[in-house]
Amino acid sequence: MKRLLFSLTLAFLLTSFFAGAVFAQGSTPTDDEVNKVAKQLYCPVCESTPLDVCPTEACRQWRELIREMLADGKSEAEIKQYFVEHFGPSVLNEPPNRFASYIVPVVAFLLGALILFRGFQMWMKPSTTEAGAAMKEAKPVQDEYIAKLEEELKKQK
Amino acid sequence: MTETSTSAPRRGVPIWAQIIVWVFLLGLLTIVALGLNKAQNRTVTVQPGVVIENFTVPMYEEYQYSGMSEVSLQDLRGKVVVINFWASWCKPCEQEAAEMQQAWTEYEPTGQVVFLGVDYVDTPTSAFVYLKKFGITYPNGEDLNVKLKRPISDYFNIQGVPETYFIDQNGVLQYVQVGPFSSIDQIRAQIDPLLK
Amino acid sequence: MIAQFGFGVLVVSFLVTLYSVFAAVYGEYKKSPSLVESARRAMLLTWPLLTLTAGVLIYLLVTNHYEVQFVYEVTSRSMPTYLKVTAWWGGQAGSLLFWSWLMSAFASIATLRKWDRDREFLPWVIVVACVTMAFFIGMNVFFENPFAQLYQGFDGINAHTFQPANSILITPDEGRGLNPLLRHPGMIIHPPMLYLGFVSFVIPYAFALAALITGRTDDRWIRLTRRWALWAWLFLSFGLVLGSRWAYDVLGWGGFWGWDPVEIAAFMPWLTGTAFLHSVMIQEKRGMLKHWTMLLIILTYSLVIFGTFLTRSGVLSSVHAFAQSAIGPLFFTFIGLTLITSVGLIIYRWDRLRSETHMTSMLSREALFLLNNLLFMSVLVVCFWGVIFPLISELFTGQKVTVGPPFYERAISPLFASLMLLMGIAPLSAWGHSTVTTLSRAIWKPAIGAIIITAVTYFTYTKNIYALIGFFLVALVILVTLYEYWRGAYARQKSQGENIVTALWNLTGRNRRRYGGYIIHLSMMLMAIGILGIELFQTETQGTVAVGEKISISDYTVEYKELASWDDNPRGVNYTRAVVDVYKNGIYLGELHPRKDFYFDSQQSMTIPGQRATLRDDLYVLLIDWEPASTTGTTFKIYVNPLVNWLWLGSLLFLAGVFIAAWPDSDPERVTVRAGRRIQQTSAADD
Repeated sequence: MKRLLFSLTLAFLLTSFFAGAVFAQGSTPTDDEVNKVAKQLYCPVCESTPLDVCPTEACRQWRELIREMLADGKSEAEIKQYFVEHFGPSVLNEPPNRFASYIVPVVAFLLGALILFRGFQMWMKPSTTEAGAAMKEAKPVQDEYIAKLEEELKKQK
Repeated sequence: MTETSTSAPRRGVPIWAQIIVWVFLLGLLTIVALGLNKAQNRTVTVQPGVVIENFTVPMYEEYQYSGMSEVSLQDLRGKVVVINFWASWCKPCEQEAAEMQQAWTEYEPTGQVVFLGVDYVDTPTSAFVYLKKFGITYPNGEDLNVKLKRPISDYFNIQGVPETYFIDQNGVLQYVQVGPFSSIDQIRAQIDPLLK
Repeated sequence: MIAQFGFGVLVVSFLVTLYSVFAAVYGEYKKSPSLVESARRAMLLTWPLLTLTAGVLIYLLVTNHYEVQFVYEVTSRSMPTYLKVTAWWGGQAGSLLFWSWLMSAFASIATLRKWDRDREFLPWVIVVACVTMAFFIGMNVFFENPFAQLYQGFDGINAHTFQPANSILITPDEGRGLNPLLRHPGMIIHPPMLYLGFVSFVIPYAFALAALITGRTDDRWIRLTRRWALWAWLFLSFGLVLGSRWAYDVLGWGGFWGWDPVEIAAFMPWLTGTAFLHSVMIQEKRGMLKHWTMLLIILTYSLVIFGTFLTRSGVLSSVHAFAQSAIGPLFFTFIGLTLITSVGLIIYRWDRLRSETHMTSMLSREALFLLNNLLFMSVLVVCFWGVIFPLISELFTGQKVTVGPPFYERAISPLFASLMLLMGIAPLSAWGHSTVTTLSRAIWKPAIGAIIITAVTYFTYTKNIYALIGFFLVALVILVTLYEYWRGAYARQKSQGENIVTALWNLTGRNRRRYGGYIIHLSMMLMAIGILGIELFQTETQGTVAVGEKISISDYTVEYKELASWDDNPRGVNYTRAVVDVYKNGIYLGELHPRKDFYFDSQQSMTIPGQRATLRDDLYVLLIDWEPASTTGTTFKIYVNPLVNWLWLGSLLFLAGVFIAAWPDSDPERVTVRAGRRIQQTSAADD
């Protein structure tokens, strides 16, 4: 009786242990989880097509590969690294060297702002020529139309 | 605003500014020209007559060579090496699969020739399906240069799959087959002269 | 026979453009008005000639002449006639001809006007227009002949213009057919619209060069081409919107813009074009910055040609790229020539472009317009760098990289946010003078309104900080713009005694450029709402379900009801159609029919989504075939795109706005001559 109880308990514990292990491995990654990674990659053979929308057979296989790797517990970064090693850095949707890509626009903007600012300084200097003086006295033209209407309006009030 | 004013002496664009503008413009044109050149001449970087640089291929588990999980081209020096780039999604590859396997069964016993399949832009799972389907037994590995962490196909600058490279016993590239073989005779025609 | 006749007419057109160039140059050199007139007549001849050429090509397309290579490549028997006609621009050779045809039309329109006051511009406008045409026609004649026929010789089947020895003419039974993705109404209008935009920028460019060459760098060239530039900008904008709508409807990516290099190639001239439209106003109102305005129009045209070159030469990989061909080097030469000539001319005439530039305030309207230009140019730099970077990277490191959406989105968002802020401030700023005091007095009411709206959004819709900033700016601009409208209409109403509707109508009518511009700004804000919604709040899900099962996303539930598949042999398509029921919070909303069309001739398929569009959001259901569709397991991908329809709504309003702004009125200079009415004078000064 004790031995039977013992074996049953052991059997019960073992099965729940294995059942637990199976559950711990996690279910198959969903399409959404695969897409989340695939979105950040481009199809290695098609032109400019993100991997999550590419309809070809090859892309289907790569998405299945991502699913397998996710099921294995690989992280997003590891999966992306795998793709880069096998298909080259062009498979990522961003250049690996971020600095090189952002530096130029930032510098260009700062340069442009600098030039503009210097221009402002130059143009706001008091001028000695006739034309400059005439310009200073010129009334702002743009709102003349509305300003006139508002003047008349005020007069009527 | 009808006329430009002042009679002060007119300056053109200062020389330093002109230089910058022209340098920038010509630099841009040069870059574009080089890019265009590249696009127009996507030729094979490796031509017959060149010694192929060493690389190491990670082999698929059931398709290892002499029990080695990684094979270097260096290890195969002294034998004729036939490198075949293929992919499981490549329809033309299927056309030559049977011939390639048949040729392997002919040449393997001689011990003088090694067929090395390199799986291009593919997944291991689908690769195995393909290899099983055509009963391929010659060594096969992933398109990955283990040391450089770059695809091997980059070095060969392949135009597509299938492409087959015949390398002689001294590591010199002898012939490139672009596209599938139409018959086993074609394969024999490339290997036999090298064995003499 | 017919094909060779078409080629002959094409060659004649080429020769006529060459003659026109030489006659114009020589006539100018010899000061011979009759020679210049002859050049003008020759140029007028190009449009009838090219129309005839196009007519021949269309005839060949519609009557299934598959021995002509181009016809074989882009048509098939199962295509309906209207698609065969539009296949004209469905391939490289045909689209080049289309370009030339449009060019000749615009050049002819430009030369048909009265030239009395601008005689000296005429020869140079002719030269620029005809050199451009000669290049494009030349590419057709020498490299990409749309009339080349297929001959079988010893080396296989090849296309030739004339029959080679020892070969026979081959007439395939059936054509390859147009890529199914192109058989959509959007794709029929989108290329012509874009080409209209691209090509019409040639005219302002021609006038700019003419002004530089003749030294007549006063405002005349601007007045002549301002309207052209506006219409060109309209076509280009609309082409971009249509392309986005097509991508949204047909590509099945759930988005409308992919930051593909070819999309960017069309976007870049739009950026400089917009900067130009603003900078032109500075030149007209304050006489400042002529060289900058000149530079912008040259840059716009150069980007047009550069973009065309990039997409056709194979230098960049893109979903749009035509197959690479021999025209690459020729195009490159043309670009090089264009850029070097233009830059050289600007430097040569730099001193003539100088003007006394004086600003009294950094908050004046011209200062803010300059800031606007700085921001647009920065966006341009981001785009250009993103397109060129893979090229540079490959040249220097040997490794190809991809620059995708994350880079562009991150770099451009702050720039566009700043532009929106400017859109809210600039209308309140005056030409020549504005201070912090005057501006704050004007802006505080709309600003408070915008803050209130943003607060309401925070409590009812979203707490996302980027969205809130975006919505704040949108609200600010809309309120400021409406305020401007109200101010003018109210004042008019009181002084003229008109009712509010008439006041608005007349206000807009008399100040078309300003109030049309405001409508454009308003429409852009509506588009911004749509873009914010889809970019920040899009949700998607994908799942494989059997009939009767459901997929949930957001507050929608989609139930798979049935699947049907049938062939339509006359049209050469196999349709697979799923029926799904849509519920929202449990309430039944209706059915959707996502579909897959498989075309036998090209062995390609097209996915048509089932869409349910409301102002609040779009429910977008796709039938995708990760596995073959069946009743036991079909894969659906569902997107919910909030607010996206504001984007399309905004683009319609945008059309209206540009029409209003561009509507021709009498030459403002003549209006000022009319004595007496102050109002007339001020409206002229305003325009």
